[in-house]
Amino acid sequence: MSDTQDRLRQIVSDPTLSPAQKRGYLAVEAENMLPYPALDADVVEALEARLICDMYEGHAPYRPRYVLPDYAVVLRDGSSWLELEAPRDLDEAISTLQIAYHHVPSITGMPVFLGDLDALLLPFCEGVTDDDLYKKIKLFWRYLDRVLPDAFMHANIGPSDNRVARAILRVDAELGQIAPNLTFKYDPEVSTPDILRLATANIAKCSKPQIANHPVHAATFDDRGYGIVSCYNALPLCGGSSTLTRINLKKVAESAENEQDFFDRALPCAIDLNFRLTQARIDHLYEKSGFFQSFLAQEGWINPDRFTAMYGIFAMAEAVNLLQDQAGRAGRYGFDDAANALGHRISKHLADAVAARPMRHVWQGRAMLHSQAGLSNDVDATPGVRIPYGTEPDPVSHVRALAPHHAFYGSGISEILTIDETVKQNPEALFQLCKGAFAEGFREFTANVASNDLVRVTGYMVRLSDIEKFRACEGSRINTTALGAEAAEVTGILDRKPRVVAHEQSAGYGQ
Amino acid sequence: MSNPQATVNKLLTWSSVDGPGNRLVLFLQGCNFACAACHNPYTIGVCNDCGDCLPVCEPRALTMQGGRVKFDADLCTQCDKCTDICPISASPMVRRMSVDQVIATIRDHAHFLTGITVSGGEATMQLKFLTALFAAMGEDPALSNLTRFVDTNGHLGAKGWARLMPVMDGAMLDIKALDPALHRDLTGQELDKTLRAARLLKDAGKLFELRYLLVPGVTDKPDQITTLIDFTRSLGGQTRIRLNAFQHHGVRGHALDWPPMQRAGVEAVADRLRAADTGEVATPALYL
Repeated sequence: MSDTQDRLRQIVSDPTLSPAQKRGYLAVEAENMLPYPALDADVVEALEARLICDMYEGHAPYRPRYVLPDYAVVLRDGSSWLELEAPRDLDEAISTLQIAYHHVPSITGMPVFLGDLDALLLPFCEGVTDDDLYKKIKLFWRYLDRVLPDAFMHANIGPSDNRVARAILRVDAELGQIAPNLTFKYDPEVSTPDILRLATANIAKCSKPQIANHPVHAATFDDRGYGIVSCYNALPLCGGSSTLTRINLKKVAESAENEQDFFDRALPCAIDLNFRLTQARIDHLYEKSGFFQSFLAQEGWINPDRFTAMYGIFAMAEAVNLLQDQAGRAGRYGFDDAANALGHRISKHLADAVAARPMRHVWQGRAMLHSQAGLSNDVDATPGVRIPYGTEPDPVSHVRALAPHHAFYGSGISEILTIDETVKQNPEALFQLCKGAFAEGFREFTANVASNDLVRVTGYMVRLSDIEKFRACEGSRINTTALGAEAAEVTGILDRKPRVVAHEQSAGYGQ
Repeated sequence: MSNPQATVNKLLTWSSVDGPGNRLVLFLQGCNFACAACHNPYTIGVCNDCGDCLPVCEPRALTMQGGRVKFDADLCTQCDKCTDICPISASPMVRRMSVDQVIATIRDHAHFLTGITVSGGEATMQLKFLTALFAAMGEDPALSNLTRFVDTNGHLGAKGWARLMPVMDGAMLDIKALDPALHRDLTGQELDKTLRAARLLKDAGKLFELRYLLVPGVTDKPDQITTLIDFTRSLGGQTRIRLNAFQHHGVRGHALDWPPMQRAGVEAVADRLRAADTGEVATPALYL
C-alpha cells in the first residue's frame, strides 16, 4: 500500500475517532492531494522551514477560516435558500439559529461564531417569563454542546446588562460545558458593575466567559460591528477572516546576527514572505473556490468585502530572549523592563509593516495583526506574545508586562492569566483585576482558575477529565479533546503551575 | 512633614486572600506573639545585626557594614538559609519603606486594587507608620476609594486602637485560642487584650472578620468551638468568621508534631458555626 493509503487506512480504522471526526481528517487528506496555490521558491522554502506557517489550513482554500454571519438577517428575513420564514417568537428564533449554524462553515467545519446572542434574542423575549427564558436557554446550550461539540464555537453577549445575557451566564456556570465558548463585551459606559461581577464570578467557577474590552474593539472596527470568535479572534461582523498565517519570531531571531540585523533584514524579510503566502491563499479562495457565490453572500448573511486576513505571530518570548542573549543582556522577557521594551518594539514594527502593505480581497485593503495562540504540535515556542509557561509573574505584573502589546493586535491577542484557586473565595479580586487590565489597555481578559476541571488549552476549553479518558483510549465526543491531549503531551502544559496552554488548530491527523 | 518609615518584610501587589477583592499587602516585620504554629516565623523578630547569617549566604548578598547587616537583593538567590539559621526568628532581607514610598506604589497600582491590607508580623507594632499611611491614603483623592485593612492579633491596647480606628476601614482579628492558659501556651501572651480588641472593633463597626486557627486536638475540640460560638454571640449581631486550617507549610519546631487539619474537620466546625447562626463562615480554599 502507498503511504497515502496507509494514512487513510489509519484514519478509517482509528477506534477513538467518531465517523464524523474521521470524515474531517479524510477531507483534509483529500484536499492536500491537490497542488498548493502557486508560490515562489523563497516562500516555499520559508514555509517548509516553518519560518512562516499556514496553520495547516490545507492546500486548496475553499472556505474562509472564520465566518461571522450577521444572524440578524435570517432572524429578520428568514431564508429562501433554507426555506425558512422569519421567526415570530423565541422558540422559532432559537430554532432558526440552530438551523442556521449548520450552514456556516469554518476551518474546522463547525461554526465558530454563534452571534451576539442577547441582542439577537431580546426582541423575541417580550412576554417570556424569566423562568421560561432560563429553561429555553438551557436546552439551547445543551443542544450546542452535544450537536456542535467544538470548543472553537463562540457566543458573544453584552455590553448591556439584560435578561438574556444573565440567563446565559447562569446556564453557562451551571452546566460547565466545553461548548460554546463565551465572551462578554464590557463597556464601562454601558455595562453595569453588577453584570461584570456576574461574569467574573463565572470565571472563578468555570474559567468562562472571556471578557472583551468593547470600546477598544469597537474603535478598531466599523459601525457594522465585530465579533469575538474561536479563541481571541476579533473580526468584522458580516464577514470574518479568509486566512490565518503566522511568523515564528523565534526562527526569525535565530536567523539574525544581532538586534540591528533582526530589525533591518531578518524581520522585514519574514514579513514580506508571509504576505506573499497569505495573498496566494486568499487569491485561491476568492478566485477559484466559488465560496462567495453561496446563499450566505446572496442573502446578505456575509459580505465578501468584509473578510480580513489575520496576520499572526508567535514565539515573541523566545525571540526576545535570544536577542537579549546575543546582546549579552541577562534580562528575560516578562520580567525585565528592557526585554519587555524590546518586545514592544517588535510588535510596533510588525504593526507598522502590516498597516503599510495593501492586500487584494481583504477588508479595508489591509491585513490585521494577530498574536496567535499556537498549534497543538508547537514545541519550544510560546504562543503569541505570552510569557513562557510556568514562569509567569503574579497576575498584576503579568498584565503590566504585556499591556503595551495590546494596542498593536487589532484582530486579537491571545493571553491567559492563570490565577490560583484561592480566588474562588474572592471573585471580587478577579473583577478588580479585569478592570485594572482594561485600564492598562488590555483588549481581552481571559483567566484560568487552577483546579477547575474546565480549563483553557489555548483559548478553547477542554475538560481535564476528558483528556484523561482520551489517554485511556476511550475516545471523546468533543473534537477539541484530541487537540488538548496532543498539546498536553507535546508541550507538557498540564505539568506547569496552573494549567493553560495554547494552540488553535490541529495540523491534521497524527501530526 | 513627617514621613514615618516601616520595616517591611514583603510587599505584594496581588492578593486574593487578605481581605475583600484584590489587595496590595504590606507585611511588616516584627511580632509581639511567638506562636508555635506561625507559618511565617521569619517575620517575628527584628534583626539585631548579630551577623550569624553571613556565613550561610553563599551568593554573599549579606555583608557587615559599620556594624549593620546589609542586604543586596540583586545577589540574593532566595535560598532562605539566612532566615532558617536566624536565632531570633528575624530576617536580614527586610527593607525600610517610608509612607511616601508606599503611597507611590499604591498609586501606581490603584486601578487594580480594591484596597490595601497591612499584615505582618504584627502590623500594629509599627503604629506610627500605620496611622500615617492610612491617613495619607484617606487624604489622597486618587486613593480614598481604597479600603484600608489590618490583619492583627489584637494585642494593641485601647489607646492605640483609638488612634488607628478613625483612619482604618476594617480589621481581620486572629484569635488563636479562647482558653486563657492555652492562649498563653500557644502565643506566649495573654488572651484578654485580644478579646478586648475584638469588642472595641465590633462596637466601632470595624471588625471585618474573626479568624480562628483550627489545630487538630489543640483548638478544634467541641467545647472550644462552643466557647467560640458563645464569644462571637457576646459581641452582638453577626460576625464573619474565617476558619483557617493548620498546615505544615512554613511551620518550624514542635508544632510540626501536630497533624495538619483536614477538610472534613474544618467543614464539621463550619457546619456547627452556621447552625449557630453567628454570621458568615469562610473556609480555606486550599489544603496543601
